[in-house]
Amino acid sequence: MTASGSAVPLGQRISVWLEHALGAVAHSTVGTRLKRWGLTGKALVASIPFFWLMLFFLVPFVIVLKISFSDAQIAMPPYQPVVSWASERVLQIKLNFANYAFLIEDNLYWKAYLNSIWVAAVSTLLCLLIGYPMAYAIARSNPATRNVLLLLVILPFWTSFLLRVYAWIGILKNNGLINNTLMSLGLIDQPIQMLQTDFAVYVGIVYSYLPFMILPLYANLEKMDLTLLEAAADLGCRPWESFLKVTLPLSLPGVIAGCLLVFIPAVGEFVIPALLGDPGMLMIGKVLWTEFFNNRDWPVASAVAIALLLFLVIPIMFFQRAQDAGSAEARR
Amino acid sequence: MSGGRPWFRTLALVLGFAFLYIPIVSLVVFSFNESRLVTVWGGFSTKWYGALLANKQIVGAALLSLKIAAIAATAAVVLGTLTGMALARFGPFRGRTLLSGMATAPLVMPEVITGLSLLLLFVTLEQLIGWPQGRGMTTIIIAHITFAMAFVTVVVQSRLAQFDESLEEAAQDLGARPAKVFFLVTLPIIFPALLSGWLLAFTLSLDDLVIASFVAGPGSSTLPMVVFSKVRLGVSPDINALATILIAIVAIGVAVAGVVMSKQQKIRDRDAQMALAANQQMIDSLKKG
Repeated sequence: MTASGSAVPLGQRISVWLEHALGAVAHSTVGTRLKRWGLTGKALVASIPFFWLMLFFLVPFVIVLKISFSDAQIAMPPYQPVVSWASERVLQIKLNFANYAFLIEDNLYWKAYLNSIWVAAVSTLLCLLIGYPMAYAIARSNPATRNVLLLLVILPFWTSFLLRVYAWIGILKNNGLINNTLMSLGLIDQPIQMLQTDFAVYVGIVYSYLPFMILPLYANLEKMDLTLLEAAADLGCRPWESFLKVTLPLSLPGVIAGCLLVFIPAVGEFVIPALLGDPGMLMIGKVLWTEFFNNRDWPVASAVAIALLLFLVIPIMFFQRAQDAGSAEARR
Repeated sequence: MSGGRPWFRTLALVLGFAFLYIPIVSLVVFSFNESRLVTVWGGFSTKWYGALLANKQIVGAALLSLKIAAIAATAAVVLGTLTGMALARFGPFRGRTLLSGMATAPLVMPEVITGLSLLLLFVTLEQLIGWPQGRGMTTIIIAHITFAMAFVTVVVQSRLAQFDESLEEAAQDLGARPAKVFFLVTLPIIFPALLSGWLLAFTLSLDDLVIASFVAGPGSSTLPMVVFSKVRLGVSPDINALATILIAIVAIGVAVAGVVMSKQQKIRDRDAQMALAANQQMIDSLKKG
């Protein structure tokens, strides 16, 4: 799309047209008035996505917080207002902590939170153990194969996540691919129960999130200065020593980014435990879903969401800091 | 030597890619299975493709999903590009931290939270201002724009961080207004990033089950919602056929993109070479003169 592309004439036409329009605005009194308010072109560019995200990302959380303090009722919407007019002049705010008390008292929710964090942590570790060697091998292969391998990592991501999880049902179920193969080889007589176990959920999460682990690790390992390893070797380090003392510490930012990218969404995962896990398996994403769709208890679902968010706020902030540091480094 | 033993690296790649691709291959293979039992081979057949295309519910949901994905991806690219420009080019400004936080948080936000919070927003808005009336395609599109634009922002921002700002400065020094600089210099350079951002947003929207389930209304079931309710009851071969069609489209798309990009790379290399040659000629003639 450089000089020889056909987009330039079109781009030129658009830009000339825009320039006229902008120029007309800028020279009119409207333009000077807008400028006086600080509404320059830049401010306009930044403010459009800003207000979109305020309205559709930030404000919704405030509403979730509000509804988590309301009473459930059988109506549409199925909750009572938190803020209401008690009499003509008195605005009444009724905060109801019962939903949170319910979460704390009922063991089910604690178990679901802890279990989700445990499952997400183990899956993240497994992703790291599988993803690190892969990212390392890709980063150290020659440039031509590197691009192909990288494409192969990203490619599954372009096909449907739901259908890739579905594929594991066919592989893991009792008369599925693995059990059929093992039985026809005579290694087992009875099928091993794999579907609807925690094992299946781990497989599903690791499988779905593996590219998210590999990509930041690769980006980090690829730009590492290899002369450092030569220096380590010259100073008498064995290969595994220089890996532990040089490569691994240097790749820590990639490890952290990859782990957060897997861990945070995995905690709230719904589809994988719903399709591959035991129906009784407690995962907080599933609990929220059930409260909302099956029990139609919106206030409790909101309280579950707020509590989950509180659990995740620290890892999310870590992730953003890593993200910011990464983009600052790329700018340099 | 770049460290690590070659056999170990090869092993890691072979096992890793086997793990990533065996499920996909099995989906494709068993879509051509005569037998209804998805994992027991009963001979070659394409009947499930016929069954899939005859299923009005699936075809209707697929068309709705494609429409939603196309609109949402286009809007997400526009908003994501604006965000990426603001974050990568405008330096420090008031609200930058908040904008960058709001732009990256959806990347990792659990979908159940995003879905629930957007639904509650739509319900509240409907109570307050009467819009949106009920839920359906519009609310799904808004939800998808919001979470897909985060991905576009990251792609655009990292592309902008990579390329040389001096190109834009040069255009500005030559008297181009900011809008002209953007359309004539910045946009052509980041165009591949916009394209991949659009495709990413399109795929994410086409694939989303959880958020759509929250914000969809009666009669607006998207493809993932129909697929999910079907596979919850167990495997069914026509879903394998659907997966195979999707995989084929992705494979063809990647192949085409690969050919186009390598062609463009050749053109770019040739341009660069010609520029270098012209440069050399100029230097030579200057030396002579």
